[in-house]
Amino acid sequence: MSLTSLTIDDARSAVQKRETTAYALAEAHYARIQKEDGQIGAYLTLSKDRALEQAERIDRLAAEGKPLPALAGVPVGIKDVMSTRGVRTTAGSKSLDKYIPPYDATAVARLEAAGALLLGKLNCDEFAMGSSNENSAYHPVRNPRDLTRVPGGSSGGAAAAVAAEMAVATLGSDTGGSIRQPASFCGVVGLMPTYGRVSRYGLIAFASSLDHIGPMTKTVKDAAIVLRTIAGRDVMDSTSADVPVPDYVAELDKPVRGMKLGVAKEYFGDGLGHEVRQAVESAIDKLKSLGCEIVPVSLPHTPYAIPTYYLIATAEASSNLARYDGVRYSRRASGVKTLSEMYRRSRDEGFGAEVKRRIMLGTYALSAGYYDAYYLKAQRVRTLLARDFDEAFRKVDAIVTPTCPTAAFRLGEKSNDPLAMYLADIYTVTADLAGIPGISIPCGETKEKLPIGLQILGKHFDESTILRVAHACEQAA
Amino acid sequence: MKVTDKDVAYVADLANLALTDEERAGMLRDLNSILEYIDRLNELDTSKVPPMAQVSDRYGVDQYVVDQSKQGSERFAYANREDILEGLRKSLPHDVALENAPDADEEFFRVPKVIER
Repeated sequence: MSLTSLTIDDARSAVQKRETTAYALAEAHYARIQKEDGQIGAYLTLSKDRALEQAERIDRLAAEGKPLPALAGVPVGIKDVMSTRGVRTTAGSKSLDKYIPPYDATAVARLEAAGALLLGKLNCDEFAMGSSNENSAYHPVRNPRDLTRVPGGSSGGAAAAVAAEMAVATLGSDTGGSIRQPASFCGVVGLMPTYGRVSRYGLIAFASSLDHIGPMTKTVKDAAIVLRTIAGRDVMDSTSADVPVPDYVAELDKPVRGMKLGVAKEYFGDGLGHEVRQAVESAIDKLKSLGCEIVPVSLPHTPYAIPTYYLIATAEASSNLARYDGVRYSRRASGVKTLSEMYRRSRDEGFGAEVKRRIMLGTYALSAGYYDAYYLKAQRVRTLLARDFDEAFRKVDAIVTPTCPTAAFRLGEKSNDPLAMYLADIYTVTADLAGIPGISIPCGETKEKLPIGLQILGKHFDESTILRVAHACEQAA
Repeated sequence: MKVTDKDVAYVADLANLALTDEERAGMLRDLNSILEYIDRLNELDTSKVPPMAQVSDRYGVDQYVVDQSKQGSERFAYANREDILEGLRKSLPHDVALENAPDADEEFFRVPKVIER
C-alpha cells in the first residue's frame, strides 16, 4: 500500500482497521515533500509538530477501537491565505513574512476537528492575486506534470501538492477562478462552493464579495467529503449562509439519467484551444451517453465578465489591503521618521508588482469622478451576468464548460502582460461574480500529456448536482 | 491615454503607496491598457439595471429575501442577529494582540510621531 496515493476514505479506513497509523501517513507525506518539493515549491511552511500531535491523538482513538471521524488521519495542506494558529501565514506576501495568527480559520478548525492532519501551508500568488503562482513573493510553484509549466493560480501550491501526492487533500480559495483553474492545470479536482456556503472567517481577504474557500482533491468523492466537513453557518462570518448542508457524499451515486445539462456557445468561441475543445466535447458526449439531455443555453454577457471582475475585485482589494500599514502585524520599513512615511515605505517594500497594480486600479475605480463610470458600472453589469445564469438555470440543472481555454502555459509566458494573464480566467470569473458553485475535474490530456479540465456550474446551494455530474463523468472515464 | 502621470501620483497618494519612478511609468502603461479593455463595458446600456453589491440577495432562498420596500441596511434585515453581550468568543488577550506588532511596548502599538511641529 502506497501511503501517499490513498483517497480520504482509504486513508481513514486504513487507520481505523489498524493497517497503518495516522503517524505513518503523516511521515510518508513529509518524506514525499522532502523528496519532491525542492523542485515543485508547493509548501511555504511545514507544521510538523501540529500534524504529528494530531496523528498521535487519532492513533490513540483507533487503538481504543473508537469510531474515527470523517478525515481521521488524512494529511491535508492549507493555502497560505487561511489563518492557522501558531503557524506562520504569509498570503504569499513579504508584508506578512513573520505573521503568526493567534487563531484558526473556521474551515481549518473544522477540518482538524474531523481528524485531519495539518501538514503545512501552501504557496500561492501574493494575496491570491494571479493565475500562475508566479506572483508569490517567495518562489514560484512548478507544475508537477511538467516542471517548465505553471501550476495555475492563485492556489497553485494547493493544486500541485495534491497532484504530486504531497497531501491527500488541500484547501484553496477562489475569487476569480483560483481553485478551478489550477485544478485544471494540475489534473486534480477543484470545487468552488456557493458564495456563503463555507465560512470566510480567518481567510485573508482579497475581494470580500467574491472570496470562496473550497477543496482540492484527487477524487470527486473526496471533494464531497471535505465540503460536507467545512460547509455551514458560522456566527463569525455574517455572510456564511444559514442554509442546511446536505449529505453530498450520500447523493453522489444518484443517477444522472434525465438530467438537463446546458452548453453555452459563449464558452466555445475563438480563444478556446483545439485540444481542450475536443476533450470537453467528448466529455459532453459521455454525459449524453449516460442519459443526460444536452440543452443549448446562452450566457450573452460572458464577454463582459473579465472587465467587470477586474473593477470589482480590485476595488474591494484596495480597501481590504489598506490594513497592511506596518502597525499591528504587517512588515514595517526601517528608518522611517514620520507616520505617513512609515505607511508608504512599508507598503512599497511589502507588496509585489501585481498587488500594487491592483490596489492602484481599484483605488482609481473608486476615486471621486470615476466611481460611477467604473465601480458602479461594473456592479450593474454584475447583475446582468448573474441574470444570465438565472435565465439559463430555468432550463437546465447544470452547465458544462471548459475550465480554461488552454492547458498549463510555460513559466514566464504571460508574466509581463497583465491583461493576457487576466484572460486565463475567462471561463471561471463569471461564477464568482454570480456566486454560483463550480467544479473542475480532469477530462483528458493534450498530446504533450498536460491535463485538461471540465467545468460544471450549478445553481446556488446546489453543489449536490454538480458533484453528481462530476462523479458520473469521473466514474465513466 | 486616459490616465496621466498626475493621476498616477494622485491615486498612489490615496493608496498610501510611494512608488519609484520606474514603477510609476509601468503603472501608467498598465492602467491605460487595462482601462482600455475595461471600456467595452460601455457597450452595455445599464441605465435600468440595479447594481449588485453582494450575492446573498440573489440566492432565491427563503431566509435571504431582501425587503425591497426598505432602505439601506434595513433591506438586509435577515443578516441581523441579537447582540451577544459576552461576545462570540473571548477577545484576544492584550499580550497576544501585540505579539505580531513590529514595535510595541507592554500596552500599545508604537509608531513614529503623528504630529509634526
